[in-house]
Amino acid sequence: MTNLRAAHIKKRYAAERRFKMYGLLAIMFALGFLAIMLVTITFRALPAFSQTYVKVDIEFSENVIDPDGAREKVQIAKADFQKIVRDGIYALFPEVTNRKEKRKLKKLISSEAGYHIARVLLADDQPDFEFIGTKQSVWVKSSDDIDSFIKGLIRRDVDESRRRVNDQQIGWVDQLMADGRIEKRFNWDFFKFGDSRSPEDAGIRGAVVGSFFTLIITLLLSFPLGVLAAVYLEEYSKPSKMTAFIEVNINNLAAVPSIVFGLLGLALFLNFFGMPRSAPLVGGMVLSLMTLPTIIITTRAALKSVPPSIREAALGIGASKMQTVLHHVLPLAMPGALTGAIIGMARALGETAPLLMIGMVAFIVDVPTGFTDPSTVLPVQIYIWADSPERAFEAKMSAAILVLLFFLVIMNAIAVLLRRRYERRW
Amino acid sequence: MNKSIKLLAVAALALPLMATTSFARDQIQIVGSSTVFPFSSLVAEKFGKSSSFNTPVVESTGTGGGMKLFCSGIGEGHPDISNASRRIKSSELEACLAAGINPIEIKVGYDGIVLANSVDAPAFELTKQQIFLALAAKVPGPDGKLIDNPNMTWSDIDASLPDVKIEVLGPPPTSGTRDAFVELAMEGGAKKFESLAALRKEDKKKFQAVAHSLREDGAFIEAGENDNLIVQKLKANPAALGIFGFSFLDQNEDSIKGAIINGAAPDFDNIADGSYGISRALYYYVKKEHMDIIPGLKEYNEEFLSSKAMGEDGYLLEKGLIPLTEAELAEVVTGLTEMKTVSLK
Repeated sequence: MTNLRAAHIKKRYAAERRFKMYGLLAIMFALGFLAIMLVTITFRALPAFSQTYVKVDIEFSENVIDPDGAREKVQIAKADFQKIVRDGIYALFPEVTNRKEKRKLKKLISSEAGYHIARVLLADDQPDFEFIGTKQSVWVKSSDDIDSFIKGLIRRDVDESRRRVNDQQIGWVDQLMADGRIEKRFNWDFFKFGDSRSPEDAGIRGAVVGSFFTLIITLLLSFPLGVLAAVYLEEYSKPSKMTAFIEVNINNLAAVPSIVFGLLGLALFLNFFGMPRSAPLVGGMVLSLMTLPTIIITTRAALKSVPPSIREAALGIGASKMQTVLHHVLPLAMPGALTGAIIGMARALGETAPLLMIGMVAFIVDVPTGFTDPSTVLPVQIYIWADSPERAFEAKMSAAILVLLFFLVIMNAIAVLLRRRYERRW
Repeated sequence: MNKSIKLLAVAALALPLMATTSFARDQIQIVGSSTVFPFSSLVAEKFGKSSSFNTPVVESTGTGGGMKLFCSGIGEGHPDISNASRRIKSSELEACLAAGINPIEIKVGYDGIVLANSVDAPAFELTKQQIFLALAAKVPGPDGKLIDNPNMTWSDIDASLPDVKIEVLGPPPTSGTRDAFVELAMEGGAKKFESLAALRKEDKKKFQAVAHSLREDGAFIEAGENDNLIVQKLKANPAALGIFGFSFLDQNEDSIKGAIINGAAPDFDNIADGSYGISRALYYYVKKEHMDIIPGLKEYNEEFLSSKAMGEDGYLLEKGLIPLTEAELAEVVTGLTEMKTVSLK
């Protein structure tokens, strides 16, 4: 009898331990996958944060830059600066005369190098033109292929026919390395530039700014609307068929696939109201439709958790209904509402599908400066880079994912913090 | 609290109202094919950097989606240019003309569609007929009647081919690449069978239905619109072949290789001179009505067709665009200067 009971108890304890283990295993499993994802993305993103530069001696010859000697900024800006960079790299290898080989040699440097030199030299309204006619050593970006080679992404030991950098180019790179003309630097441009078709020039700035503008609009629209709707439904409306109908629909709206909101945006905002395509303003409006239900639902839950005694006490000392809500109930429910808003925003930050319809899935070089400038957002930038043939975009894509994750973590951390600090228990 | 809520509410109401006032558009808007996208976005970027105009906005919507937007109307709210990996369809042109749009057709070059596999796998040398036998849902049986495709391995089709399971990754039906592949490779292969050639003469629609339907028993796998994804899958699975645009083969030579088709390897020269059989023309369409209204539109067209872009050392060619012949280019340039529009035949 006692034996039996002891065996039974042992079994129960074992079952208990197993149950605990299952839970632990589930958590470890989930964390394991998260860790694998983060590590692979970080590892793949690393090449995007550095950029290879090549030192070239450039002759700013007057014949190319300012043939008529007028020293006019507008004219000089149109000059072929890429040619002087090209001549600079040809001068480093005077033995290369064959046209085909010269083409290979030219591919060592970025095709945008000339543009950037001109941009720096002509930055002022009244630039001084003293550089014309001088010879200077300038560090220019290498092409994406050479950059990949330096970083070991294009390997030396594979067959030449299967390599994007041929043996001759490797020879040139080796010589440049020996001369100390090659340097790897931190790629600040990744955070300063908008998108580009040249991987060495592509940056995340345009997408970050676009996401920022879009989210501002989303927050400004969906937060007040969502809170007001929740206050009405929770504090004012009387249970009726109508409110039940509204409630069901709000819950339905939260589950609608996001592309549907994009279609609505196209039909209503673009075609009917005639708003501009690809603008963060419209993007924000579409995304606010999407986040609105989330905010309403969480705010209602927060309002519901405020104990009735608070309302009754306020009403009891003579506060009006509005005063009760604005002075007592809403402030107490605010942390919950803000948490809902931030979680809704975080979801909106990662959304691409509704933006496809309103033209924000686009190649945009200029960093937007306002709510109506064409712009794109972070997840779209990731998608565009993932879809580009150039291999070097793979690292850019992973780096963009890291940036997006960084913002998501920050937003979610703020939500947790708000909850921790202001949450009250009764 | 009270005040800030009021302020927020006012801001929220005012914003959409402000936005309804119309905006003057000072940059070009381009929509359309994802195949032309890498080229037109490159031209847009170079154009924006080298001219005083804003950089055009290029959207990748797919050819069909782009045409729909393009043909929906005239004015600043509608795109100026639509990229296409095929010619405009007569139904699309009708829609355009009905909206008062006269599109100018600009042919920009060619794109090869390749069948490729991992470099670690055996090389393939195929004919279009063999491609048809491998991928068609129904093939002519021994008596010429159509039967469900019985071929499970490549060696079932021809003893010279490797003894591996037929497994081909390709784009979904919404893709222009798929349209072109089906039209050029599958139809081209189907025509070679006597029974199907006879069917083609008799009932063209029925023939196309046979030639255009790909297998659904797992030998052909729809792998999504993203060509890079197909390339990644090929690296992971050396037994599979993939169908995608030439520029992706060009960028990934270290890990994948293209199959030789009808004796021609998929390389730049073979596609340019037409000896590689699966290549298609790429176009874009521009609204004649917008030419004088949208700043920079004319100049963008000129940039696209300039020797800087399309010439022998042009930047588009470096990115893998297969150029027009000189005569073709000259014709396109005259078409543009004369603003020759497309009309219904």
